Amino acid sequence: MFSHSDPAGFLPVGQLPQLVAKLMERGYQCLGPTVENGAIVMRELRSAEGLPRGLQAEQGPGHYRLTRDPDNRYFAWANGPQAIKPHVFAARESLWQVQRDESGRLQFEAMIADVPAQAIIGVRACDLAALALQDAHFLRDNRRDPQYARRREQLFLVAVQCAVPAETCFCASTGDGPTPTAGYDLALAELTEGFIAVAGSAKGAAVLQSLNLSPATPQQVEAARQQGEAAAASQTRRLPKRDLRADLMNRLEHPRWDAVAARCLACGNCTAVCPTCFCHAEVDTPALDGQSSQHERMWDSCFGESHGHLHGFNVRPDIRSRYRQWLTHKLATWHDQFGRSGCVGCGRCIAWCPVGIDLTEEVAALTAGEVPS
Amino acid sequence: MNAPVAIDSGPPHAATVVARTQESPTIFTLKLRLDDAAAQAAYRFAPGQFNMLYLYGVGEVPISIMSDPEERDGIGHTIRMQGRVTQGLAKLQPGDKLGLRGPFGRGWPLQELSGCDVVLVTGGLGCAPVVSVIHYILRRRERFGKLVIIQGVRHAEDLIWREQYDRWAKLPDTQVLVAASEGAAFWPWHVGRVTELFGLANYDPECAVAMMCGPEGMMRVAADSLLARGLPESRLFLSMERNMQCAVGRCGHCQFGGAFVCGDGPVFNWGRVKTLLAHRGF
Repeated sequence: MFSHSDPAGFLPVGQLPQLVAKLMERGYQCLGPTVENGAIVMRELRSAEGLPRGLQAEQGPGHYRLTRDPDNRYFAWANGPQAIKPHVFAARESLWQVQRDESGRLQFEAMIADVPAQAIIGVRACDLAALALQDAHFLRDNRRDPQYARRREQLFLVAVQCAVPAETCFCASTGDGPTPTAGYDLALAELTEGFIAVAGSAKGAAVLQSLNLSPATPQQVEAARQQGEAAAASQTRRLPKRDLRADLMNRLEHPRWDAVAARCLACGNCTAVCPTCFCHAEVDTPALDGQSSQHERMWDSCFGESHGHLHGFNVRPDIRSRYRQWLTHKLATWHDQFGRSGCVGCGRCIAWCPVGIDLTEEVAALTAGEVPS
Repeated sequence: MNAPVAIDSGPPHAATVVARTQESPTIFTLKLRLDDAAAQAAYRFAPGQFNMLYLYGVGEVPISIMSDPEERDGIGHTIRMQGRVTQGLAKLQPGDKLGLRGPFGRGWPLQELSGCDVVLVTGGLGCAPVVSVIHYILRRRERFGKLVIIQGVRHAEDLIWREQYDRWAKLPDTQVLVAASEGAAFWPWHVGRVTELFGLANYDPECAVAMMCGPEGMMRVAADSLLARGLPESRLFLSMERNMQCAVGRCGHCQFGGAFVCGDGPVFNWGRVKTLLAHRGF
């Protein structure tokens, strides 16, 4: 957000509600950080003043606790279990329905939910990188997903620079953060006295203009830039490199897969919180009167029993093969399909794993030493 | 390989069963016609491609198309009763309705085969994707060289279309090698593993194309044998199966390394998938 010549405005800390109010005026349903069950989640803001303040998210393997931020900032929490994904790729939605008349004739009809235009306030650089990957998957030229496209087109994203990464964060090593560089409509960097605000789209520029901000001073911009660098430097976890194709695909029978399988519960939490995982099951739900049926999709996980089911047997009957399927796709073969890794360094799979399996630790163990021949 | 055709990811088209044949106690063939006459007339597919068949209120299954692409009176699907959808499809009778989306995936490289010997290796219960190729070649016999059909089944009773194999074996330039791990009375073919028959296959590795379909373990052994005899890897193809729910490369169930089997396959060149096929669990 500091690399281009777009003028940076300065939003005094007391005027943050005005930004929310401007988005509401423009008809957006505003989603923002909300404390729910002890975690930050994105929920509809009832008022422009509704943003929580003074929270940090302390995270570790299998650990997430909200703590006080001594500087009483709005966005000192690194992330929560979900950000953008559920708002573009819904956890459950109808794709089509079918009516059956008395003669047994079937009539099919595509369904697209009527969703409001949404603005999400407080998304992170990792979330934007993940959204770009979801776009690449769901909006591929000849396979454009109409449900996803409908939500995506209407989305307004207010990104914030991460000043306080969690212990689980490693976006600096994946190249995706902590400062947002692309994919936002507006980006904010939070300083003690207020926010540096930069537009990343025409929609964002219009909102920024309507706020009539004074320009940020070069000192303020520099402070925000340095804050991003310090946040990157503070990250302790990392992936050894961005392209792990050879490293992982040459170690498919490594004993570490057995070791991680012995710990993994195959619960699928990692895939549910992963902002790039796109697997979904398709299921039919017939109406009780027998005259219609809804064909729905819902999030699925490659850790589940049914994911590898194939007429009478399972191609991935054990947890070892399921963890390996997930990790090798995410970090290795994702490159073949999308031109980059499927990991954006958000660390959610580490924090929300009930047994605290740490992806970076597994990769380090798997890739240590020479490639076995 | 055949270019993928337009992706049909919307709701299914309504279709009607026009004929039903019981092939074995658990295998049946449904010939289907799309209810929309224009859609039926416009429907085109290549052997090796598949459709998603939808049973009302239950769900969809991927089924390969076994009829000939130039056949206009219906689209044939040979199905084994296995899960909820296929057991329900087994109950459909002529006149009954269902849904159809497709065709999906890449089919066999039939355009590139002219003049070549063709080796077809199949295992399991009547491998429809390859049987469609046999029919395709027999109807256009002059375009191809020798035809070698190698089929393995577990039990002799599992071989469907048995009289067809007898008939094919009598055709000129056609060799039929069938094996059952467990034989039965009056079983005229080999008893043992189908892999034991590969050495008998009569084809010119310099000018042959091989296509395989069936259990992956069998295909690995078949590939080793074919490649050892000098068949170039570029002319060895296989049809793969994975769980498929969307058929348009979206749902992730058929993820195989960097490929979606539904769209990048189901027919692959051996070279593209051989490395991962050597490992169980992908």
